[in-house]
Amino acid sequence: MRNLLAFYWQTMKTAVIIEFQYATAQYFYMIGMVAEPVIYLVVWTTIAASQGGVVGGYTAGQFAAYYIVWTLVRNMNIVFTPYGWEWRIREGQLSGMLLRPLHPLHMDVAWFAGWKVVVIVLWLPIAAVLALAFRPELNPTPLEMVVFFFSLWGAYLIRTMLLWLLGLITFWTTRVSALYELYFALELLLSGRLVPMGLMPAWVQTASSLLPFKWAFQFPIEALVADLTPAQLLGGLGLQALWILAGLAGVQIVWRAAVRQYSAVGG
Amino acid sequence: MLHIARLTWNFFRIGILNELQYRANFFIQLLQSLIALAVGLVGLSLVFSHTTALGGWSRPELLAVMGVHLMMGGLIRMTIQPNMQRLMGDVREGTLDYALTKPADSQALVSVRQIQLWQGVDVLMGLGVLAVATLQLQAVLSIRVALAFVAALLCGGLMVYAFWLILTTGAFWVIRMEHIVELFDGVYAAGRYPVSLYPDWLRTGLTFLVPVAFAVTVPAEAITGRLTSTTLLQAFGLALALLAVARWFWFFGLRHYAGASA
Repeated sequence: MRNLLAFYWQTMKTAVIIEFQYATAQYFYMIGMVAEPVIYLVVWTTIAASQGGVVGGYTAGQFAAYYIVWTLVRNMNIVFTPYGWEWRIREGQLSGMLLRPLHPLHMDVAWFAGWKVVVIVLWLPIAAVLALAFRPELNPTPLEMVVFFFSLWGAYLIRTMLLWLLGLITFWTTRVSALYELYFALELLLSGRLVPMGLMPAWVQTASSLLPFKWAFQFPIEALVADLTPAQLLGGLGLQALWILAGLAGVQIVWRAAVRQYSAVGG
Repeated sequence: MLHIARLTWNFFRIGILNELQYRANFFIQLLQSLIALAVGLVGLSLVFSHTTALGGWSRPELLAVMGVHLMMGGLIRMTIQPNMQRLMGDVREGTLDYALTKPADSQALVSVRQIQLWQGVDVLMGLGVLAVATLQLQAVLSIRVALAFVAALLCGGLMVYAFWLILTTGAFWVIRMEHIVELFDGVYAAGRYPVSLYPDWLRTGLTFLVPVAFAVTVPAEAITGRLTSTTLLQAFGLALALLAVARWFWFFGLRHYAGASA
């Protein structure tokens, strides 16, 4: 356990040092990413304005808060891409990873967690600019802030598991891109990334609370932005924990089958 | 000039022959485009389940914007983006030397080497969406409107090319440029809606910084009967100016390029 902690600490530190060198590249990435919520925000505030200030229970200021917090959650959602597995297998990276005594999942979780630290630091000025431009209404309680903090990392872990599971399909077939795009489309619609679930028809909302996507995206945002009760806040964290465990179990099972399927490339 | 046209044509032919070897990719691209189209349509119906007009644009008008957005996006990913990505890779790997030592004009050469044929699916799908939108609009497509549309599209495409080339030339100084694709995709997504929707500072950025307005909104204005000849002239002038700047910057960058191979 102590070794594992040391591994995490060292990997995260390395990730911070390496990723900080490419601050310009990180900003390219982030500006491209920030464009998306700004588009949604503009569209929905325009609609709110034309409907007398409120649409789906959201005012312009609440939309602003939702989509600005969105940018941080989206950053926390960026994990090892499922498209990357093809590269790992083709280039023989995976053979090396398999020789290590640690499960490769640890490497990804630790590395991307370190990168998150860089991302959060670089994100702060962007959030400030967005807040100045769009005037969010945000009055979180201390409990909401604490739950928000933990739910961010919960979201990070849920999405890590989900995308790992998705990526592992590469062990069986490399014609995966259409499948991935279908997954990303469903995720976009059901996670609260496109619009808060409150704007969706009732049956979509029901489907969304039964699926993991929302717990990796909308829940952290709402923890801070909406007025959730303490029961809802803690229940949400509990559901996140459940989805992390379910994802972990899934990864374990599929990983074992995947490695049996694997024959090495390169070295 | 004739020489460059012949060169372009040859690269185009080779690129298509290459892509035709991978026919299964056509179906994958088709599936992906259909998914993207479905998401776009869901987004549009979400918007119009809460309102009847968005910033003065009706549903079929916004459908027309979506069609142009799809079409232009497909064109960019088919022709401009693959060339610029290859250029970035070449600068990093040092293989750009092979292109520079050829006798042809270097800017023309690096701009026509790659084509991703199957992205053309998006172009066709965009055209289809546009056709449905014009039917819904019951717009009369006169020759004048069609010509204005094609002219606006051409100017917009040239501006996007110039913009991409300027950004990519940055690879002579900045090494990790691959995120530029995400930067462009992110900002280009703003074109799904008419730029008049955005606050002033953003609209200015989307017009003059990243030419999304001219690439998508202006051609869509032609279809929906909003385009004035002043705007079209502006588009033409700006396209020429941007192309000139891009060409100057390309040669400026080249002078700073020392090569990475050999």
